[in-house]
Amino acid sequence: MASSLYLCLLRAVFLVCFVNPLIQGLSGDANVVQNPHHELEENLTGLPIVTFKWHHVQTPYLVIIWVFVAGLAKLSVIELNHHVTSVIPESGLLIILGFILGGIVWGADKAQTFKLLPPTFFYYLLPQIILDASYFMPNKLFFSNLGAILIYAIFGTCWNAATVGLSLWGCYEAGAMGNLDIGLLQFLLFGSLIAAVDPVAVIAVFEEVHVNEVLFILVFGESLLNDGVTVVLYNVFDAFVALGGPKIDAAEIFKGIFSFVVVAFGGSFLGVVFAILLSLLTRCTKHIQIIEAGFVFVVGYLAYLTAEMLSLSAILSITFCGICCQKYVNANMDEKSVTTVRHAMKVLANGSETMIFVFLGVTAIDTEIWIWNTGFILLTLLFVFIYRIIGVFLLTWMLNKFRLVPIEVIDQVVMSYGGLRGAVAYGLAAMLDEDKIPEKNLMISTTLIVVYFTVILQGLTMKPLVQWLKVKRAAHSDLKLIEKLNNRAFDHILAAVEDICGRIGDNWWTRGWNRFEENYISWLLMKPKARRNRDYLFSIFHKLNLEDAVNYVSEGERQGSLGFIRSDEAANVDFKKQFGSEFTDVMPDIMVDMSNYELEIENFSATSIVKDTIPSVSLDIHGQDRKNAVDDINAHHLLQQHLYRSRKNHRHKYSRSHFSINQSEDEVQEIFQRTMRSRLESFKSAKMGVNPAKKITKHHKKELTHKMANGHPDGTGHLYGDEVDSAVGSETGAIRGTFMRDTYTVGAGIENPVFLPDMDSPTHSSLPWLMETEAVAPSQRAQRRLPWTPNRLRRLAPMRISTCSTDSFLMADLEEHEEQPQTDHEEIRPAFD
Amino acid sequence: MGSTSSTLLKIPNVEVLMQETGFSPAHIIRLHDRFKALDKEGRGHLCPQDFGAIKELAMNPIGDRIIGAFFSPGKETVDFHTFVKILILAHFRPVDKNRPKEPNSPEPINSRSNKLKFAFQLYDQDQDGKISRDELLKVLQAMLGMQVTEEQLESIADRTIQEADLDRDDAISFEEFRKSLEKVNIDHKMSIRFLR
Repeated sequence: MASSLYLCLLRAVFLVCFVNPLIQGLSGDANVVQNPHHELEENLTGLPIVTFKWHHVQTPYLVIIWVFVAGLAKLSVIELNHHVTSVIPESGLLIILGFILGGIVWGADKAQTFKLLPPTFFYYLLPQIILDASYFMPNKLFFSNLGAILIYAIFGTCWNAATVGLSLWGCYEAGAMGNLDIGLLQFLLFGSLIAAVDPVAVIAVFEEVHVNEVLFILVFGESLLNDGVTVVLYNVFDAFVALGGPKIDAAEIFKGIFSFVVVAFGGSFLGVVFAILLSLLTRCTKHIQIIEAGFVFVVGYLAYLTAEMLSLSAILSITFCGICCQKYVNANMDEKSVTTVRHAMKVLANGSETMIFVFLGVTAIDTEIWIWNTGFILLTLLFVFIYRIIGVFLLTWMLNKFRLVPIEVIDQVVMSYGGLRGAVAYGLAAMLDEDKIPEKNLMISTTLIVVYFTVILQGLTMKPLVQWLKVKRAAHSDLKLIEKLNNRAFDHILAAVEDICGRIGDNWWTRGWNRFEENYISWLLMKPKARRNRDYLFSIFHKLNLEDAVNYVSEGERQGSLGFIRSDEAANVDFKKQFGSEFTDVMPDIMVDMSNYELEIENFSATSIVKDTIPSVSLDIHGQDRKNAVDDINAHHLLQQHLYRSRKNHRHKYSRSHFSINQSEDEVQEIFQRTMRSRLESFKSAKMGVNPAKKITKHHKKELTHKMANGHPDGTGHLYGDEVDSAVGSETGAIRGTFMRDTYTVGAGIENPVFLPDMDSPTHSSLPWLMETEAVAPSQRAQRRLPWTPNRLRRLAPMRISTCSTDSFLMADLEEHEEQPQTDHEEIRPAFD
Repeated sequence: MGSTSSTLLKIPNVEVLMQETGFSPAHIIRLHDRFKALDKEGRGHLCPQDFGAIKELAMNPIGDRIIGAFFSPGKETVDFHTFVKILILAHFRPVDKNRPKEPNSPEPINSRSNKLKFAFQLYDQDQDGKISRDELLKVLQAMLGMQVTEEQLESIADRTIQEADLDRDDAISFEEFRKSLEKVNIDHKMSIRFLR
């Protein structure tokens, strides 16, 4: 409460001190704005040190100030007393705040300085909201209810437009509105602009209500698509009005209907085309990952503008662009870019939604547009409300004859009550041509009243209504693999039963589409890499495991460290509630998963090795070797003594195109040479037979797991290193080393060149690793494997194949020489023998 | 509608069948036509080969299990009555809300629990009342197939069992199966529209 008060105060102060002078300044010297250099020349008596150049920055400054104010408004609304926000929906509060802001501006200027202009709305505020809504559309739900959504969107909207327009006209003819200069066509035009349910308002309200998913998708999908429809209708009637009543004959009406179809479907088609384009584009953005996220926005906006240019439905275009591209774009792009897109999309959409609501409020504070006509306004409100209900019930009644799961009466009530009108209606009303429609201002004010009425009042009462009617809420349940698995099984069963019955049903179509999609569309639009391993069930599994792993680590951190991992019991206690005593068996799978996916296996020729080795590596993490803690301590000591800490050398801390930088050839060289030198030394000392073999074996393993742990994003993984299976033979160790090197892409922690043996070979020198925490251990292997026999060397074959030079420490003496990986072991072998 | 009743008369025990399954005469006739079409040699019963002849079904990853569900152990054929009633078709009729529920009437064949039971027995091939890890793995192999490696399949199977397994016997009993799917709307998912 205190914070909200503070914020309100802050905002008020901000407005009074900052915005108002600016605005006054703006309105005061409007003539200067026209001629910005005029003032400058006059004052040029000496060299000015600082000048105040308001008019230079005026437009962008005002825009950004309003964005800022809208952001503050949202903040204060959210931070406001929670009792208020739980009753009044956020959108309503924002509109009310807009009233206040508009009032302040009006008080300062004595005129309306700012209002929402249709071009601003349609070109800069609306696209990202629609793109966001469609990009995050739950596709399966949407397409399985597409029939119903289309019926509501097309027929429902036409029904609303026609009935509202005609009824208003009827009432006008009957004399309910007094003397107005409006004809039938104008009434129909008004009906069409007021007909559509607004996605912005609907999402804002329904998001807070959490109704069940079918109801949500019906309302949401309808609102999204019928915006397109209403714009098309509006354009058709606008053309009719321009044409004038007498000239409209059957041919024109037919052309109108035809253009309706062309505009709507043409727009959708254009959106699909752009979606394909975008998917194809993201297929080949591997090397410009840093900007690939931008393509989604740019191409989406391009789809919108192109449709607008071709006078097709821009909203439908961007809608279908978002819906169709999401799957492929998400699969093609880097995971980071996907996250970027998601967040940026939300920022943009939420920001412009806030702007829209605030400006809907601000716009109202204007004496010019308000023309009161009790009959017209009240009748419009009444008809809008009533015909929505009738339309929904009528269409649902027809739909329910065909639906497997009928839409219940309660849902229908909520659907009809959720017919919120919003900024699109206002935008269209503001676009009306005053020459053709003399009562434009009446229409604007009526539209605004309808918007306020629906958004504030209906939005306000929506929640109580939903609670009172006991509408089925969205059952929030945890993701469960078994549910998904069975859903898959059910699909197959249903398809099979349909086959047995010999009927072509929904499942037949679904399956046919899936097959087609898999065989052709995915092939065309997805990276080959993304196509692999993208089974839905598996991705669910992967996601669950990642969640578990994160939980596991955070649980450990909550307890101070991951030390509990060392003891079976502790881990089981922590996770008993979720996994029972089986947990330790799950973890390896998680590890397999993470190493498989987080590290991105680049070298697919190594897949066979991967398959063979990771599970065992991972199992080792929770392996049996927990008893000899003393060994561990020893090992730590030894490692610390021998670890080489490279000079901290943060060369470029900044790069425009990469996050992980700070790698350089010189550093690599330095580490390599130093390592080689120290290995040579340790080799020499080992020749005297200093270290017991057993311990060293252990270190070797430890390093392996250290390396593996590097793959963990949180870098805490190296704690796992203490539980290493000492029973694993050296051969698998070597193989693992190979694997690790192949999969290793990014990470921080201890690097051991033994397992990154080819770091200076030109092909792999670009492997990004971070140097900050880096330290290099001298080879323990050099101490251990004495003397080398050809036999043993051969067992290390996997490493050699991949151009490594593990045991070429003798080469360290040759210093600057680039190694000849193919031949080096040939040279060494005699040296050992 | 004269032909309707005459066709109906040809089907033995048609009244009983309709009562038990809740299908309308139109459904029964349609299914009977289909049955006759499948029964190419006109023997009056179907054998596994007849089902295998359905092209799409052969491509279904768990198609053979579904065919298997028609044949109770030891029986090689299925007549029309069994085809409709005892086995699956009736399972997939959507639940009828308007039908007055008679007290003491046996559980309708398309009830939630029966639908689940049908799904369960597709997994439980050895019919010991439990889905073991191997059984689950086989289904997974069929359904996921080539896209996922063997190890990944195994981990998925392990995890799935863990999610459902309440008594920690590494197998899913029917009770556990039912519980784990409590939140899934089986009535919607296991129903076919045209059997309404």
